[in-house]
Amino acid sequence: MTTFSQVKQRYRYSAILLRELVRTDFKVRYQGSVLGYLWSLLRPLFMFVILYFIFVYFLHIGKGIPHWPAALLLGMVMWNFFTEITNQGLKAVVGKGGVIRKINFPKYIIIMSASISALINLAFNLVVVAIFIAINHVTPTWWWLLVPVFMVEMYVFAIACAFVLSTLYVKFRDINFIWEIVLQGAFYASAVLFPMARVATESALAAKILLMNPAAQAIQDARHFLLPATMPSANGYIHHQVLAVIPFAVILVVLLFGASYFRRRSPYFAEDI
Amino acid sequence: MGKLPDNVAIRVENVHKDFHLPHNNEDSIKHKIITAFEKKDKDIDTLHALRGISFDIKKGEFFGILGRNGSGKSTLLKIISQIYQPTKGRVQHRGSLVAFIELGVGFNPQLTGRENVYLNAALLGFSRKEIDEFYDEVVTFAELEAHMEQKLKNYSSGMKVRLAFAVAIQAHADILVLDEVLAVGDADFQRKCYNYFKELKEEQKTIVFVSHSMGLVKEYCDQAILIEDGKITHQGSAEDVADAYTSLFNKAKDSTKQEDNRWGSGEVRFTTVSANANEKQVTVSVKLKANQDIGDVIVGLDIRDDKNTLITGVVREVQKQHVFTLQKGEIGTLEYTFDNLFADKKYHITLNAKSIDGNYIYDHWKNATGFAGPKNSSEYFPALFPVKVNEH
Repeated sequence: MTTFSQVKQRYRYSAILLRELVRTDFKVRYQGSVLGYLWSLLRPLFMFVILYFIFVYFLHIGKGIPHWPAALLLGMVMWNFFTEITNQGLKAVVGKGGVIRKINFPKYIIIMSASISALINLAFNLVVVAIFIAINHVTPTWWWLLVPVFMVEMYVFAIACAFVLSTLYVKFRDINFIWEIVLQGAFYASAVLFPMARVATESALAAKILLMNPAAQAIQDARHFLLPATMPSANGYIHHQVLAVIPFAVILVVLLFGASYFRRRSPYFAEDI
Repeated sequence: MGKLPDNVAIRVENVHKDFHLPHNNEDSIKHKIITAFEKKDKDIDTLHALRGISFDIKKGEFFGILGRNGSGKSTLLKIISQIYQPTKGRVQHRGSLVAFIELGVGFNPQLTGRENVYLNAALLGFSRKEIDEFYDEVVTFAELEAHMEQKLKNYSSGMKVRLAFAVAIQAHADILVLDEVLAVGDADFQRKCYNYFKELKEEQKTIVFVSHSMGLVKEYCDQAILIEDGKITHQGSAEDVADAYTSLFNKAKDSTKQEDNRWGSGEVRFTTVSANANEKQVTVSVKLKANQDIGDVIVGLDIRDDKNTLITGVVREVQKQHVFTLQKGEIGTLEYTFDNLFADKKYHITLNAKSIDGNYIYDHWKNATGFAGPKNSSEYFPALFPVKVNEH
């Protein structure tokens, strides 16, 4: 009985903390800005307009693909979601150093709180995507219900990475810069700005290799279920039942490693930061 | 995990704590790569902050942890509070534990007073609903009714402390860990803190208390330990341990020169002290010699009458502006001149050379010299001060 109530007590504290940290984060972020929360909507909107003009209008990327702009925006939103969680997560533990050194609390809450502000931003971004889809007259299908599944996949992958990165960052501050470079590369390797078909026409093997990356696979599959008629799924390029599992296996491995690494190191955060 | 006996709130068993102190910038990968080819442990110092600490704190006990700066007491407190992990040994506790290593943990200057109350209280484990219930009480206690919607960055430091303390006293845990943080602020605020300690004591809560103030320790603590260099050197009643702590600073380095009316650690010693009084003025000349380089000496002077009643002296705040820096072997000279407003009797002067933080008493010389008041003065008052009387 005691253990049960202890467990309950433990999660009660976590829930309270999480809520309050997210609330604080959200309040502080838009403080002093005139438009406040509206920026969460405006920022992606302007970014989309710029992207649309450059890549669709001038560079004619994805010209042959109907509704490519909608797929472009969806991919962009998912990629931003991934970078936001990992970037925020990376610095989150060190950023909360002052509190960690003074009070004992479950540290994973810090990562979760950083990810929740990214989730809120994702929600805002999806509103913009929805508007774009409506303007573009994309025909709705039941397949759309599967799109969020890949956002969840992206979320899990991002959290897993954040656990590893935030723990590393406590000891090695270089990780910050390394991760910046990794993200730069991964951005292009995840075929965010251009359709995977473009890569596949150059080299089918290259497309397969790129899709081993969970971020690329999640974006590709989300695009596929948004536009089932025109965008192939990740497995549409991989064509292999076993290889197609690799991106999910990568997520699982990173998650298990990240969680255990974080768990092992978090009791020492207070003295290492 | 072995079970704690019913009457034990905290058990500390053979706790060791080592810190690895990197020399320069060990936090960079470059350094890791460079040193990967070198021998391990080459430029890492290990600090043994705690070396085998064991004690029990009974339920309902007000337990003091004493020690000088750097003795390891803060590390021990953090281990008890589960902020640090012991390198060896373990700490068990029974019941909920809330630690105040600092007041106002998590305070964000960008948020209002109200928002910070909710944030800080959440860190102490309160839900919004619970905070709603005691929110008004917090505001009243902190005397900040008019400022709760202001941002914290516009608060004075005193206001911040008041707010933080008002939230802190809402914490209801079985065990409270208090660093001396609570005793900051003005006299009025300190009085509130002491009242809070009294309440805690009356409620028979288990308290772990760290302080430098022996007065507080003697007043509130039942049991105490004294930590020196990571080990417990004294353990027992708060009274005894507090005395042991005080004597730490007053241990004479040169015990052969011990005299009944003179003691101190001897880094600085008075060499000659003389007082000259005439009917109008008293002049006290003091010479002191440093036995080592020292930079924080202040000298105090007390004047007592023949019954050893304190009459007057040199005010501490004034002394603080006259901090001596002496090199080894150097002799410092002081001359005090004051009006002879004393009665027609004998007076004694006690001199005191100590460190500015008050932790080290270098030389305390009771009745070092004396003087007499003017012959024609009243014997009735121990001292006179100039009074202007206007008659109409």
